[in-house]
Amino acid sequence: MDKKVMIQIKDLYKIFGKHPAQAKKLLSQGVSKEEILNKTGQAVGVQDTSFNVYEGETLVVMGLSGSGKSTLIRMLNRLIEPTYGTVIVDGTDVTTLDDDELRMFRRKQFGMVFQSFALFPHRTVLENVEFGLEIQEVDEETRRNKAQESLELVGLGGWGDYLPEKLSGGMKQRVGLARALTVDPAILLMDEAFSALDPLIRSDMQDELLKLESQVQKTIVFITHDLDEALKMGDRIVLMKDGKVVQIGTPDEILTDPATRYVEKFVENVDITKVLSAEDVMLKHQHVVTLKDGPRTALHVIKEFGLAGVMVVKQNRELVGYLSAEAAVQGVKNEDAWIDHICTQEVPTVPPDEPLKQIFPMVADSRDPIAVVDEKRNLKGVIYRGSVLAALAEQGEQMYDE
Amino acid sequence: MMSNIFNFELPKFPLDKITLAILDFLTEALAGVTKIASNFIETGVEGLGEGIIAVPTLVVIAVITFVVWKFIGRNLGIFALIGLLVTWNLQLWDATIYTIVLVLLSTILALIVGIPLGIWAALDDRVNKVITPILDFMQTMPPFVYLIPMIPFFGLGTVAAAFATMIFAVPPAIRLTNLGIRQIDKELIEASESFGTTPAQKLLKVQLPLAKPTIMAGINQTIMLALSMVVIAAMIGAGGLGGKVLAALTRFRPGEAFEAGLGVVIVAMLLDRITQNVAGRRRKSPAETE
Repeated sequence: MDKKVMIQIKDLYKIFGKHPAQAKKLLSQGVSKEEILNKTGQAVGVQDTSFNVYEGETLVVMGLSGSGKSTLIRMLNRLIEPTYGTVIVDGTDVTTLDDDELRMFRRKQFGMVFQSFALFPHRTVLENVEFGLEIQEVDEETRRNKAQESLELVGLGGWGDYLPEKLSGGMKQRVGLARALTVDPAILLMDEAFSALDPLIRSDMQDELLKLESQVQKTIVFITHDLDEALKMGDRIVLMKDGKVVQIGTPDEILTDPATRYVEKFVENVDITKVLSAEDVMLKHQHVVTLKDGPRTALHVIKEFGLAGVMVVKQNRELVGYLSAEAAVQGVKNEDAWIDHICTQEVPTVPPDEPLKQIFPMVADSRDPIAVVDEKRNLKGVIYRGSVLAALAEQGEQMYDE
Repeated sequence: MMSNIFNFELPKFPLDKITLAILDFLTEALAGVTKIASNFIETGVEGLGEGIIAVPTLVVIAVITFVVWKFIGRNLGIFALIGLLVTWNLQLWDATIYTIVLVLLSTILALIVGIPLGIWAALDDRVNKVITPILDFMQTMPPFVYLIPMIPFFGLGTVAAAFATMIFAVPPAIRLTNLGIRQIDKELIEASESFGTTPAQKLLKVQLPLAKPTIMAGINQTIMLALSMVVIAAMIGAGGLGGKVLAALTRFRPGEAFEAGLGVVIVAMLLDRITQNVAGRRRKSPAETE
C-alpha cells in the first residue's frame, strides 16, 4: 500500500479483570470467551486484533453488541486502557504516553462523537462546540469564531445560543459532530454516532457526513451495528465478533465473498440491489464489432454466439452504438458497407458505479441491452436483462449454500 | 448444673472509659485549635446577631422581604413578611435572628468540610469505602450524643452548639456531593476526557456544574439538619428559639413552647423554600430570554 498508515493496531487485547494473563493463555489455547468468563471471571473485551487505518479513509468497525467494537474504539484514545498490544497513531505509540502526553495527544489528534450525543446540558450549543478549544485555553474570540464556523458547517449557524435540550436528536448529533470538528483533529472517532436517530434522519446524517468528509478530509473510524450503514459509509469494513476481527475488506468484498458463516448471516439481510452496481452485474468480455468490420462480420458474430445483437465500438473501445440482429440482416441485404449507418446510436448507457436499483427500470423498459461506459464513453461491459437476474440469483445461492 | 456453665462474670468492656480517655487526649492536643475556632465563631455569631438586632426590626424585615420577593418570587416574599412579623409580634425576634445566624454559620462550616470531602469520595473509590460507614454511623447516632463531648472542647454555649451542629449536619453535604458527581452520565465524562481535559478542568467545567442540582439538594438538607440540631443544642446553652423551647419545657409552659415552636417552623420553612428555589433554578437558553 502506498497510502500512509494513520492508525496501526497490533495484537490488541482488552481483558476486564484482575488476572488477564490467565485469560490470554486460555484464549491462545482456543478456549471461548464464555468459558473463560465462567472459569476465571475474566471478561474478554477485545482479543488478538490487528489492522491498519489509512490516512483519509473511512474505516467502519461493525459488529453486534458485545462484539467489542466500542471497547476497541475507546482503546484508540485510551478512554479504555489496552491490556496488551499497541496502538500507533501517526507514528506515536499511544500506549506508552504518560498522563500529560496523552492529554496533549487527545487534544491534537482525536475528535469523538458519541451514540447518545453526550452534549453538556449546562452549556449552550456554542459553548458545547467551543469546549475542545476552551480546554486548550484558546482565547475567547478565536474559539467563538471557530465554533461558529463549525456550527455553520453542520447547518446550525443560528442555534448557538440555545441549550441542547431544545434541539431534536438529529440536530443534537450535528452539534456533537461540530464539537468534534472544531478542534480540527486528524482523526474522527464516531461511536455508533447515528444509531440513536430515527431512520430518515439517520440517512440524512449519513449523506451529510459523506459530504463533509469530502470537504474536510479526515481519517474516520466509524462504529456501527448496522450493515447497511457500514456499506454506505465505509471505504473498508472491519467485521468483529466476540472481540475478534472476522473479516476486513471493502463493502464489495464483504458482500460478494463473505469470509465466514457469521458474515454471511449479516449479508443475508442486506438489500443487494442497493449495494451492487452496474460493474458487478455486467458481462465484461462480450463480443463487439468495430467500425472497420462490415455487416457480414457482425451478422456472423451474432449467429455464432446466439446473440440478439452486438455493441459497436471504435478502435479505442469508445461506444458507437448497438447493432441488433434484424438491423444486421437488413444491412447485408442492402449491401450497406458502413456499419455506423445501420446501427442505432440510442443505446441506454450507465456509469460502472450505477446502483442496481436504478438499473432495474431501465432493463424493464428496453429490449436492447444496456452499455456500461466510463466517463470517456469507453465500453466497459454490457448488461442484459438476463444478466441482472442471473447476478441476483447467484448472490442468493452463495448465501443460502451450506 | 446448666446454670453453672453460664453463670460466670464477663467483665464489661470499658468502651465508655476508652472514649473518655480519647476525648481527654484530643481536648488537650487540640486546645490551640479549639481556642482559635472558639473565638472566631463566638465573635462571628454574636457580632452578626447583635449587629442585625441593633438595626430597627421593621427595616430588617423590609429588607429580607424585598430580597426574597425580588430574587425568588412574590409568594415567598409575602410569606417572609408575614412570618417575620409574627415572630416579632410574639417577641421572639432576637431569638429568631440568633437561631438563623447560628444555623447559617454552622451550615457554612459543614459545607466547607463536606463538599470537598464529597468530591474526594466521588473521585476516589477507596475514600468512598472508608467514608460511607462513618457517615452511616454519624447519621444513626442519636443527636444528643454529639452534645456532650463538645463541652470539654468548647465549654457550654454558642461555640459548642455550632460545632455539634456542624458535625450533625455534615453527612448530607458529603453524601449528595458524592452522589451528584458519581451519577453523571458516563458518556459525558468520556466526552470531556476525549477532548484532553485535565482532572481540574473536568471537575470545574463538567463534574461540578452537572452535579450542582444534587449538591444544592444536599445543602438544603444540611440547613434543615442544622436547624433541628440548633434547637436541640439549647441543652448545651445554645440559646435562641431552642432556648425558648427548652425553657418552656422545663417550666411546663405549653403556650410559650408552642410560640417558640412556631418560630422554629417559620424559620425552617423560610430557609427550606429559599434554598430549594435556588437549587431548583435551571439555566434558560439565552436565546429564549431575548
